[in-house]
Amino acid sequence: MKYVDEFRDREKAEALIREITAVVREIDSARHRPLNIMEVCGGHTHSIFRYGLEGMLPKEIELIHGPGCPVCVLPMGRVDDCVAIAERPEVIFTTFGDAMRVPGSRKSLMQAKAEGADVRMVYSPLDALALARRHPDREVVFFALGFETTMPSTALTVLQAEAEGIGNFTLFCNHITIVPTIKAILDSPDLQLDGFLGPGHVSMVTGTAPYQFIARHYGRPLVVAGFEPLDILHGIWMVLKQIRDGRAEVENQYARIVPDAGNAAALAAVGRVYELREFFEWRGLGSIDHSGVRLREAYARFDAERRFAIPNVTIADPSSCQCGEVLKGVIKPWQCKMFGTDCNPETPLGALMVSSEGACAAHYQYGGIQRQRGVA
Amino acid sequence: MSAVVRLKPRALGRLQVAKVTLAHGGGGKAMKDLIDDVFVSAFDNDLLAPLEDQARLDLAGLAAHGDRLAMTTDGYVVDPLFFPGGDIGKLAICGTVNDLAVGGAVPLYLSCAVVIEEGMAVEDLRAIARSMAETARAARVSIVTGDTKVVPRGACDKIFITTTGIGVIRKGVEIGAARARIGDVVLVNGRLGDHGAAILCARGDMALESPVESDCAALHGMIADLLAAVPGVRFLRDATRGGIATVLNELAAASEVAIEIDERATPIAEGVRGFCEILGLDPLYLANEGKIVIAVAPEDAEGALAALRAHPLGRDACAIGRVTAGEPGRVTMNTVFGGRRIVDMLVGEQLPRIC
Repeated sequence: MKYVDEFRDREKAEALIREITAVVREIDSARHRPLNIMEVCGGHTHSIFRYGLEGMLPKEIELIHGPGCPVCVLPMGRVDDCVAIAERPEVIFTTFGDAMRVPGSRKSLMQAKAEGADVRMVYSPLDALALARRHPDREVVFFALGFETTMPSTALTVLQAEAEGIGNFTLFCNHITIVPTIKAILDSPDLQLDGFLGPGHVSMVTGTAPYQFIARHYGRPLVVAGFEPLDILHGIWMVLKQIRDGRAEVENQYARIVPDAGNAAALAAVGRVYELREFFEWRGLGSIDHSGVRLREAYARFDAERRFAIPNVTIADPSSCQCGEVLKGVIKPWQCKMFGTDCNPETPLGALMVSSEGACAAHYQYGGIQRQRGVA
Repeated sequence: MSAVVRLKPRALGRLQVAKVTLAHGGGGKAMKDLIDDVFVSAFDNDLLAPLEDQARLDLAGLAAHGDRLAMTTDGYVVDPLFFPGGDIGKLAICGTVNDLAVGGAVPLYLSCAVVIEEGMAVEDLRAIARSMAETARAARVSIVTGDTKVVPRGACDKIFITTTGIGVIRKGVEIGAARARIGDVVLVNGRLGDHGAAILCARGDMALESPVESDCAALHGMIADLLAAVPGVRFLRDATRGGIATVLNELAAASEVAIEIDERATPIAEGVRGFCEILGLDPLYLANEGKIVIAVAPEDAEGALAALRAHPLGRDACAIGRVTAGEPGRVTMNTVFGGRRIVDMLVGEQLPRIC
């Protein structure tokens, strides 16, 4: 497949692994702990497991699977809000597929659907808008979820709804933004990260400039990387070279897709439709200032939070879950006492077991080989 | 001469309406007309035509094929009913024929129970029955008994079909999930995931077009050729829902062995790969309706591949992996990239990822 197979070339991978190993040897051999590199994006986590990259890297490198899966970091109270909206008889509630299984405090959207709520899986917010056109007598709500990657498409859908004068379409806006989240992780007192792989899809919209503070104020290198396995290895190699050279910069491995300045049209749509919330709650990480967005006043009529009464109750994560520590790389997924027992993909307790991009679910499904070898 | 008394066929009724109504399930003339017009005329065989409450089968005729009876049953529900490469009728015949064939049985007779939703177009029903009849004729099996129910609108999704099949297992054939041995070679008869991708595309709700057609096919002919060339085949199973990942896990668990497959050797059509890339799906878990997973002793691998490739439904057959001495029950894949990952059982259904 063009533009895919080139980035899955085994010989090039082996050459890169040799380079990575050589660079690791040049980095201070007196280190007492592994080199911890966090991939922020769930897409990276997925590729790392799917291609077995962890097992290919030298043992001195630990990949920390960060908070980049928007489904995983959705707090339980927000899922309860979704269910409350979906259970209204006049509502057709539309959502991306992998949000269907996220557990709320009482039930998931999938369970609500089984009990009679009209919950439909869509592949784009425009599909939800099309449903609103087809069902003028119903209220169609789109569960807007995701980082800057999906934010522009929902913003454009709102603008389209406005242009067409569609009155029965609303967003339940749960969009989140990556930079405050990385900052919250960097401010964590138990931080043990040496560098970051920056998210490719998010950066396609935002560009690379928003990450500069990571290099400047926190002295950590960040390399924006693509999602093919060669992209990821190449990104890791670039981070390691910075560590070896004592540099902390923002570099762009994914320049074929990510312009340093981002996508002006997408950013304009986002800026027009959304404004920052004062704070937003994350599963596993708690409340983070300015980490979520909501619809601006001018688009209030497309805001499901204003159209419908919702519980809007904060529900604490189960006390047994250690999602926060896993997200920050303090412990590995299998070191959580609930991993694989009470918390598994069929009955996820914690955020990271919910989506296949979550660190725990990925370890559960794809991982385990390293542990069997006794490497980790 | 057969010991079965052939009962005299009776005149067939005709349907005069375009939609099925509850009256067609009421047991009276309307129901008789529906059964005659749609099913009996399409399935057209001496054993069915008298419409007794049971089909009467000749034991001596059965015994001529082997020494054990095999019986299976399966329910078929699919949306949409008609999709590229097949329809629910073809599926209902092929699926049950294949479930018999992978046990080494010669499929002979089928029963067919249909649950029809009130309001279904009679023409669609006729098309499905025609497809079942054509598929059965091509597979040389007879649909010899059946049942028809009509349920109120909303009580089922257009039509549900259940087919039960009986066949006879050839003498000397021993196939089982617990029979794999370390060193065995794992084969498949062609490209994987076509049916699952075709159905998802045909639903039309993801604005994706793909040239992929379902691989829906009756495989007993190919399996008969395989067993003739390699009577000692250890394991055969059709990789339907859950894909080959599920079958491999079942084999590894039942035989208490590890299985290692090679991503580079695993055949997947470009269209299916692209489809999976876009939606974040794994083709190893996509359904197939014309693909089997086979385990054979290493010395039989070449012969098995040659026999499969000589048949049109096994043209792309290849070896995808091996049974190994690793952790019992564990299936792993050597990735195209040189890494290694676990291929576990799927939890629930695959859901497209957000981004």
